[in-house]
Amino acid sequence: MALTENMKENGTENGTENGSKTAAGPSGGGTVRRRTRPDPAARSRGGQRFVLLGLALASAYSLFPVYWLVIAATKDQVGLYQSNGLWFSDFHLWENLQQVFTYEGGIFLRWTANSFLYAGVGSLGGTLIALATGYGLARFDFPGRGVVFAAVVGSFLIPIALLTLPLYLMFSKIGLVDTPWAMLIPCLINPFSVYLAKVYTEAAIPFELLEAARIDGAGELRIFFSIVLRMMTTGGATVFLLAFVNTWNAFFLPLTVLRGQENWTLNLGLYNWSGKRVESGIDVTSLVLTGALLSIVPMAIMMVAMRRYWRTGVTMGALK
Amino acid sequence: MIRSLRWKGAAFTVPFQLGFVFLYLLPIGYAVHQSLFLQKQSGLGLGGATTEFVGLENYQQGLTDSAFMTSILRVVLFACVQIPFMLIISLILALFLDAVTAKAAGRFRIMLLVPYMIPGVVAAIVWINLYSPVVGPLTPLGELFGLDWNFFAPSMVWPAIGNLLTWHGIGYNMVIIYSALQGVPRELFEAARLDGASELRIALSIKVPFVRGALVLTALLSVIQMLQIFNEPALFRNISPETVSDSFTPIMIIYNQAFNAANYHYAAALSVLLALILGLASFLFYRLTSREAD
Repeated sequence: MALTENMKENGTENGTENGSKTAAGPSGGGTVRRRTRPDPAARSRGGQRFVLLGLALASAYSLFPVYWLVIAATKDQVGLYQSNGLWFSDFHLWENLQQVFTYEGGIFLRWTANSFLYAGVGSLGGTLIALATGYGLARFDFPGRGVVFAAVVGSFLIPIALLTLPLYLMFSKIGLVDTPWAMLIPCLINPFSVYLAKVYTEAAIPFELLEAARIDGAGELRIFFSIVLRMMTTGGATVFLLAFVNTWNAFFLPLTVLRGQENWTLNLGLYNWSGKRVESGIDVTSLVLTGALLSIVPMAIMMVAMRRYWRTGVTMGALK
Repeated sequence: MIRSLRWKGAAFTVPFQLGFVFLYLLPIGYAVHQSLFLQKQSGLGLGGATTEFVGLENYQQGLTDSAFMTSILRVVLFACVQIPFMLIISLILALFLDAVTAKAAGRFRIMLLVPYMIPGVVAAIVWINLYSPVVGPLTPLGELFGLDWNFFAPSMVWPAIGNLLTWHGIGYNMVIIYSALQGVPRELFEAARLDGASELRIALSIKVPFVRGALVLTALLSVIQMLQIFNEPALFRNISPETVSDSFTPIMIIYNQAFNAANYHYAAALSVLLALILGLASFLFYRLTSREAD
């Protein structure tokens, strides 16, 4: 609770800052003009209707596959093949869920737990490291700072294959392949998170505050843990969320470094099931679809719960 | 700044620097090193393999490997079609959002962002099933209009993947362009309206030029992503291995060389080549788009 309150405070602070910057001066003249001229929205009803129709069509396109997936997850094999694809037939969602969670000795649950472990623990560690690094880069002037920042930005361009293959070889030499560490360790270092953390520090942590804390005799570590981290809850939440989504969605890294299916992520498991239904005689289509729907649920919950923060994060990271 | 304070500040970045060396620099160095060797069978293949230094031989082979070059050409051609298509739709939707009330914009934005929340693998699974002639609703829908389409046919695979990528990417790109639009000074519109400009004219002559930076950025990100495309073709390959070959995209070739052919040295050389091509493509793209601005 305290966390969300803090975030809101930060959010509104930022909001008013930005607002005052843009609203200053000329917008006063704008409001006067607006009074003499009606709102553009009211001016052209036809145009407005066209725009709304376009948005509605695009939304339908965006939502349709999800709608179909929800319906498909409630059908058994027969319903899937024979009933109308756009509407419910006999309701078999509970059987499907039961089947997903019991198939191959309940391996689906294991994959879910793995995905949560990798995405949760990996992103938490990665966020902490990123916040410290971002703070160091944004608020201290040390030799080599430019090099570190150049490495952060430059690494956005490195293809995953160039990193993942040698990493696989290195990990296999030290016996980390096929263990959770092979997924967790790479998650700790995320240049994009560092970049975001730097941008957030610049926006949220004023130099004066650090000066004041130092004059009061606070040590640098103490300043970081009890002042900076606390003021960075909004930024930190966004960095964590984006890293979590990234890891949850990861495919090439787990495919490369995880061999045994007990360590797989949900994505890998679903990929395997999706290929299986063709290769062997068993048809597991409804299993795959129900599993796919389940794997979206945690994402949806997280996105909705934190949409205020991640939206700014996405755009801020992209634009600055 | 006091000297001791500088070093304390630098200390905050040490964990990242160590990790970066271990997880980025070392692997890249290792890949480059590996790419200079080749495993050769001694004798008649009975005497075990030896690793020999071959210099740039792997690179030479990669540059003349027609499968690798074809796969790069394939994704580049595809990128030239799909990325402009996706970005134009994203731009139009961002302009549309900008033209409706804040409340409506908020609602539509959430709906349009739903695909972005869905993991790429899951998105591919869902669309593959939508395309499927047995379970998907699209085949009967086509029949309704007299269309006999097979999404897994060779001519339809790229449009099918293109639709999937477009569906997945519109929302994200739209949000970036939309938030750039929010930065356009509103007085400009008022002034243009006073001069009698239509809303369409304002959109084309004021708003679009203003968000050029965001468009360039979203395009660059999409190009980088596209050259590395792997998940979607890999899943399509599950369904129709005869249309989507195992050398469909560059990363698929690299993966196969490493894990199916156990030819790490060649795979390493190909991934270094891909990195160079990616860097070159980004540089060229950046130069081209920034020159236009002058």
